[in-house]
Order: sequence, then C-alpha cells, then structure tokens
Amino acid sequence: MDYGRSLIFTLPEIILTVSSLILLLVAAFGGVKSARFVTILSVAALFGASACAFEFLTNPSYELGGDAFYGLYRMDGFGSFAKLLIYFAAIVSLMVAPRFFKDSGAYRPEYPVLILFATIGMGMMVSAVDLMTLYIGLELNSLSAYVLASFIRNDVRSSEAGLKYFVLGALASGMLLFGMSLVYGFAGSTSFSVISDTLTGQLATGPLIGVVLVLAGLAFKISAVPFHMWTPDVYEGAPTPVTAFFASAPKVAAIALTVRVIIDAFGSQTSTWQQIIVFVALASIVLGAVAAIGQQNIKRLLAFSSINNVGFLLIGLAAGTEQGISAMLFYLVIYLAMTLGSFICVMEMRDAEGKPLESLSSLAGLSQTRPGLAAAFAVFMFSLAGIPPLFGFWGKFLVFDAAVAAGMLPLAVIGIAASVIGAFYYIKVVKIIYFDDPAGQIVQTGHKTENGLIALMALAVSPLGYLAIPLLAPVTATAAQALF
Amino acid sequence: MNQLDFPILSLMMGLPMLAAIICLFVGAHAARLLALVTTLVLFALGVVLWANYDIGGPQWQYVERVEFFGNFAWALGIDGISMMLIMLTVFLMPICIGASWESIKDRVGEYMAAFLFMEVLMIGVFAAQDIFLFYILFEAGLIPMYLIIGIWGGANRIYASYKFFLYTLLGSVVMLIAMLWMVQDAGTSDIPTLLNYDFAPEAQTWLWLAFFASFAVKMPMWPVHTWLPDAHVQAPTAGSVILAGVLLKMGGYGFLRFSIPMFPEASEQFIWLILGLSMVAVIYTSLVALVQQDMKKLIAYSSVAHMAIVTVGLFAFNRQGIEGAIIVMLSHGLVSGALFLCVGVIYDRLHTREISRYGGLAINMPKYAVLFLLFTMASIGLPGTSGFVGEFLALIGIYEVSSWVTLVCTTGIILGAGYMLYLYRRVAFGELVHDDVRAMPDLSAREMALLAPIAAAVMWMGVYPESFMAPIRGDVGAIVARIDRAAPEGDAHLKMGQAKAATKDHETDTGHGESH
Repeated sequence: MDYGRSLIFTLPEIILTVSSLILLLVAAFGGVKSARFVTILSVAALFGASACAFEFLTNPSYELGGDAFYGLYRMDGFGSFAKLLIYFAAIVSLMVAPRFFKDSGAYRPEYPVLILFATIGMGMMVSAVDLMTLYIGLELNSLSAYVLASFIRNDVRSSEAGLKYFVLGALASGMLLFGMSLVYGFAGSTSFSVISDTLTGQLATGPLIGVVLVLAGLAFKISAVPFHMWTPDVYEGAPTPVTAFFASAPKVAAIALTVRVIIDAFGSQTSTWQQIIVFVALASIVLGAVAAIGQQNIKRLLAFSSINNVGFLLIGLAAGTEQGISAMLFYLVIYLAMTLGSFICVMEMRDAEGKPLESLSSLAGLSQTRPGLAAAFAVFMFSLAGIPPLFGFWGKFLVFDAAVAAGMLPLAVIGIAASVIGAFYYIKVVKIIYFDDPAGQIVQTGHKTENGLIALMALAVSPLGYLAIPLLAPVTATAAQALF
Repeated sequence: MNQLDFPILSLMMGLPMLAAIICLFVGAHAARLLALVTTLVLFALGVVLWANYDIGGPQWQYVERVEFFGNFAWALGIDGISMMLIMLTVFLMPICIGASWESIKDRVGEYMAAFLFMEVLMIGVFAAQDIFLFYILFEAGLIPMYLIIGIWGGANRIYASYKFFLYTLLGSVVMLIAMLWMVQDAGTSDIPTLLNYDFAPEAQTWLWLAFFASFAVKMPMWPVHTWLPDAHVQAPTAGSVILAGVLLKMGGYGFLRFSIPMFPEASEQFIWLILGLSMVAVIYTSLVALVQQDMKKLIAYSSVAHMAIVTVGLFAFNRQGIEGAIIVMLSHGLVSGALFLCVGVIYDRLHTREISRYGGLAINMPKYAVLFLLFTMASIGLPGTSGFVGEFLALIGIYEVSSWVTLVCTTGIILGAGYMLYLYRRVAFGELVHDDVRAMPDLSAREMALLAPIAAAVMWMGVYPESFMAPIRGDVGAIVARIDRAAPEGDAHLKMGQAKAATKDHETDTGHGESH
C-alpha cells in the first residue's frame, strides 16, 4: 500500500479539505465582506472535487476501485456516484444561500466553509469501509450540520433547531458508538470485511444488539421512522437553504453509508437486518404519509415527505440485491432533483416586503399570481407522489421492481398501497395552489438563479427525465456492482 | 415501418403534446383556435389511420418500436379494437373543444392544454404495446383530469376531484405490482408477446384480482362506482364528455386487452364475480337513476348501468358477447357524450341541472328536442340506433352462458327505457311553466355543429354496424380462440338442428334434432 495511491484515491476529500482550510483563514481575516468571494471559491472547490469523482466513476482504469490507507477508506464506483450527488446538492445549496440571507443580513463566510466541512464528512462516510472512518466522517458532517441549523443566531426557531438537532444527534451518535463497540468487541475488528467474515451464522445476543444499535443510529441519520422525530422540527426551524441542504446531501450520504454498512459489514446477516429494514421502510412510508396530512407549514410537510421518500428508498435496500441498490441510487438522483426543486420553490415564497412565507395557506391561488412557480411546484408535488408520467414515478418503479424481483411481494403491495395515502397531501398542495382563490401574498421576485434552478429541476423530473434513463441506468448499475 | 411509411401514432401523440405546451403561453382566443385546429387535424389523421387499416391483415398494424428506456420500450401499434377506440377519442375531442368555446372563460390556455394532454394520453393508452408504457399513460390521465375537475368544475369540485384522484390511484397501484411480477415471470414487457404467454393458473388468480382492482374502478363497476357521479356532476361539460366518452372505456379496454386474454383461467374462475356485480349494477344503478333530480347525475348512473352490460358481454367468452361489448363501448361513448352535451346546452342557458326547473322545451327548442330525443332513444337501445346493436349482441352472447343473467340485464334495459323516457318527458314535454325557460333560444349553429356529427355517427352505427365491426372481427376472433380453453359451459344447452337430409332413412336418424 503506497501513499501515492492512497492520496490519489482520496483526492476529492483532499481538494475539499485544503480549500476549506484556506477559505476558513480567508473568512477569519476577511470578515463578512469576503462572504461572496468565499462562496464562489467553495463552489469552485466542489466542482473540482466533482470532476475528480466523475473521473473515478467513468474512467475504466479506476473501475475496480481500491483501498486507501490500509483499508480504512475505499474508492469505488458506489462512493464516487454518491459523492457526485452530494457535491451537486452542496453546490445548489451554496448558490441559493446568499440571496436568502441577504435580507436578514445574516450571511457570513462561515456558511460556505461549514458546508465544505460537512461535505468532506459526507465524502468520508460514503467511502468508509471501517467503523473508525465511518464515525469520523459522520461526526464531521453532524457537527457542521448542528452549526448550520442554528446559523441565524438571533432567530429563536433557528437556534432551537440547532439545539434539538444537536441533542438528538448526540443521542444517536451514542447509540451508534455503543453498537459499534459491541460489534467490534465480538468481531475483533473495525474493518467491514472482517466483520462480515466473523459475524456469520446465528448471532449471539451481544453482536445482535450491536447490529441493531448500529442500524438505529443510522436510521436516525436518514430520519427513518421510528427515529425521525427531529426531522420536522429541524427542517422547519433551520434557514431554508440549510433545510434544502439537510434534505439532500446528508440524506444521500447517510443512505449510501447505511447501504455500505449493511451490504459490506452485515452482508452475511441478511435475515437479521432485512426484517428491521422492512419494518423501518414500511413505517416510514406510512408515518411520513399520515403525519404530513395535518401540516400547515410547507417545510414541515416537506420534512414528512422526505421521511416518506426514505421509506421508499429503503425498499430497494430491503431487497438486498444489486438491482435494489442500483434502483436506490437512481431514486436518489430523482429525489435530489425533486427535493432541491421544491425547497427552492419554498425560498421563492416571499411577500411584498421580501419576508419569507412558509404557511401552506399563503400558497393559495399561486397559479394565478405566479403561474410558472405554481406549475413547477405542481410538477414537484405530483412527482413526489410518484404519479406518472413525472419522473418521480420512475424511482418508485425501480425500487418496487427490485422488491418484486427479490420475491418480496407483500412488502411491495403494502408499500405501494400506502403511497396512495401520501398522494393525498401532495395533491392537497396542488389543490391549494390551483383550486383556491388567490391569497395574493406571494409576489414576483425575479431572482434569476433561483428561477433558473427551479426550471432546471422541474425539467429534470418532467417526462423529459425519461430521456436520461439510458445515460443513468448503466452508471447506477456499475455503482451498485461495486458493492457486491 | 408501416403502411404509411411514417410513424403516424407517434405523430398523433406528439402533435397535441406540442400544441398543449404552446397553449400554455398564448392568449385565450389563440388557445381555443389552436386546440380546435389541432384536434381537427388529429381527427383527419384518425381517418387516415382507419382508411389505411388493412382489415384481415396482420393483427398489429402501424407498429413502432424504439428500445430506449431499458425497462420498457416506446412501442406503439394498434389492432382493430384499439383503432376504433382511438377513432372515438379523436372524434370526440374537437367536439369537447367546441363545447368549451364559450362556457370556459378563465384560464383558457391551461384548460385547452389539459384537454390536449388528455388526448395524448388517451391515444397512447389505446396504442401502447408495452405494458409499462401503457401503465404510465393510463395513470398519467389522473393529473389533467384532476385539474380539469378541480379548476373548472362546479361548486363541490374539490371533493369530487380528490375522490376521483384517490379512488383511481388506489385501484391502479396494485396493478403495477402485478405488472412487475408478470414481466419478471415472462421476461418481456411486450404486450403482444404477453398475450400469448401462459401464466400459471394459481398466479393468474392474483394477477387477475390486481388488474380487476384497477379496471373495475375505472370502468366503473358497482360498488366502486361512487366516484363517477360526483366527478361527472362537478366536471365542466367537456370534462364529462371525455370522462364518459373515453376514460370509462379504458376500463373495458383493460379487461379486453389484459385480464381476459392474459388470464383466461382466472377470468373463468371469477366469472360469477363479474356477472354478479354487473347484475347488481344494472338493476341498482338504473333504479337510482330513476329518482335523480340532477340531470348529469342521472346520466352518470346510466353510464354505470351501460358499463355493466359491457362487462357482462366481455365475460361471455364468445364472439357475440365481446363484439357486442365493444360496440356498446363505442356507442356509449358517443351517446353519453352527446347526452352530456345536451345537458350542457341547457345548463349554459339556465345554469342549473335540476330537472324540475325545465319542462316544455319541445315547444321553444324544437331542434334541441329532436336531437335530445334521438340520443335518448339511442341510450335506451332502440333499433336503428347504435345502442341496439351493441346491447343486442352482448345479450345474445351472455345468453349462451346464463339465461338468468340475460333476464336480469334485459330488465335493466327496460328500466333504462324508464328513466330515460321519464327524464325526457320532464325536460322536453309538458307546458312551459317557467318564464326563464320560455326565453331560452334554440340550438345555436355552434351547438348544432357539435351534436349533428354525433347524431350521424349514432345512426350510422345503428343502421350499418358492419363498418365498425369489420375491423374488430379478426381481433375478437383471436381473443375468443385464446380463451376458448377456459370458456364456461353455458346453461342454455343449445342443440343445433341439422340440415334436413334428402333421404327418408336419414330423416328418422336426425329427427330429434329438428324438434329444437
């Protein structure tokens, strides 16, 4: 194992680490004035890291992947694919942030730096093949996220969100650590492959509790039921660009991490984790759907929607097959477009004084005052509900296809029937936008970046998205193959 | 490629899609014109389709296939049954646009876009040759219809649009799982291949039930029909026309294309479920229709009763039954569409659908009364109109399976005559008692232009049904041949008389045959 190879394999993280440290200094010395400059450089750094990950993913000479730093870190198609998604989400959250914070005057150069730190953590998470790397990545991401959630210091809700996230996140980290220590204790190693080789056959109570606790900790990070309680509060309280970030990048990272832990480390314990994942998936789908019905705040509603979507994603994992993982990765791409798109729509909900609006009722009759925004919103809602011909359907289609192929028919039937409950609140949003009389609160903003991004995301989830299938399907298949 | 050397079916889907997008960005009048021109061009393309259809030629014509999407293909192609339903669609669409010409005043561009998008999907559903493509287009219809009912509907439109959306969605999602399983099992999503694939009988049961959940709701069959009266009453006139005229046919088409030929054993197994529900529907919804005060609701319930005749015919497992069911679908598409237009005509004048507010329209609106009478008679199934041909064939078909079912269904037709004539008497006959009704002008040229083509088509189908039956004959034959192995034994025990023999010896041998 030579250091050169290790350094090449970890190049995306190195690029981001070096640039974030430099930018931290720039931020410290440049003060608030440097915010814009730091943001632009952060985006540039993320583009550099993306180019690197893209090279790893597409260049045939990296096809086999490889371990770095004595088996602590693994560069492979799966990790590179997840990183591309993460970097994309981070770039979008950086692009929309300055305008959002401008009116409150709260934008500071720490924001892009924190996003970069979180992104480094996420890159570590998705490439981790050792419990130590996993935990360091996870904590680096989480600590940055706690600060980001309370980024508007003088806003009570934002501070509350940060605190809540921190306390509950610490609890989850504790569970994860306890689980990891049990697994380590019984397996004798922190390396995923050794764990997989050691924990075979019928598990004793000790390692079983370890596995369950690890899964519980991970379920918290992906906000799956029953560890979802923090999600609506944090999503509501955090500044909207941060919420968009939370709902996209860390979610991709946590899901990819969960997949890797389950397939790589607990791959020989299918019967143990499968029933847990099946339960968590169905519970997330049902609760995400039912609890969203009564919500009056659009950000809370989208929080439940993301819980609901995690449920569908986990169906692909429950199948436990290569096809299932590839379906999940495809779903994640579509999920990113839908989630980022709808949160940017939320950012565009502003009254005449530029104050952000968040209540569902302020959306009333939006189709008559801002037809373009309304149409995009409707596209995202129908797509989240999985109604064809919108592209959101395709993600659900693939995960259910994988579940059926794996012979999990009851899971597929219950899951898809529960998706109808979810459809109710999505079409309720469409109803408010299209059928109700205009509330007239939301005004034109003329923000080019935001509107352009909304249009881009809406086109991606429109039926035009199907044209991307021949491009994306082989890539997700390769990425999923890397795990098996 | 096909007999026309260009992908006509893709063109018929692409053209309205393009027009729909343009409609969103232009003014009200331009949108109306564009929609009308587009639908008329599509009708012309439909005529080209029919004129070039090779009767007795290959089963699937105008076939297009682009393997692009991995899990499914852009595969289009039609047989005679699909073609007749596409014809129905393209025939009704310009009429729908015309019916909305004056009554829709707000958000015209979006309205026309929704209708044109609907047309894309309807043509696509009937032309799809890939099971997943079919599903996508079948489900996609929920979005425009939800918006049409919800935005331009009546007072209680929100409830109706929710009910429509969720009811149909719940019905369909389980079908998707069944389709996924089928494609896993058969290894292809190509419909013509699946049509000849034999699924294990025990699997068929579950698959059939999953498809039934979807198509029974769409059809709609009793007891899952309750979304229909609400949706019809609240939808704008053109929405009702397209709902009754084409969308309900998707259920029948689904049974005919998937449930029956793909799962013959299961279809036989569940035949009494279908016949039982249909019998209840025929009698129950007819009685319900009899007491309606709202014209649209009455016609909506009559649709449920007519659709029950369709299901009965489809599950007769013989040629007469299936051909009859298809003709009832076509006929009902025309007639119920026309009846909703007739309601729309007087609704536009008086803004109420309450039957008791009218009366004596034969005096001041003679042209209207004549056309309304024609469609009433066609709905009852009077010989000479399209309704008779289909219902007669369907009943002959089912008579071979069960005379009791025939008895019940025929009773339903008598009840149908009851509620339709009762409706007509209350609206058109009697004295003109209300002053505002007296002031109503007769049909305008626009309304005449909408109703006259339908009247012509209804008469044509009634007098010379061969034009409509010739294209479907071969395809029905193929379905009958496919399901023959599972055909139920009838209770009629037909004994065919043999031809009279020339010699005396033979006459004594075959004498018992002649007594029947």
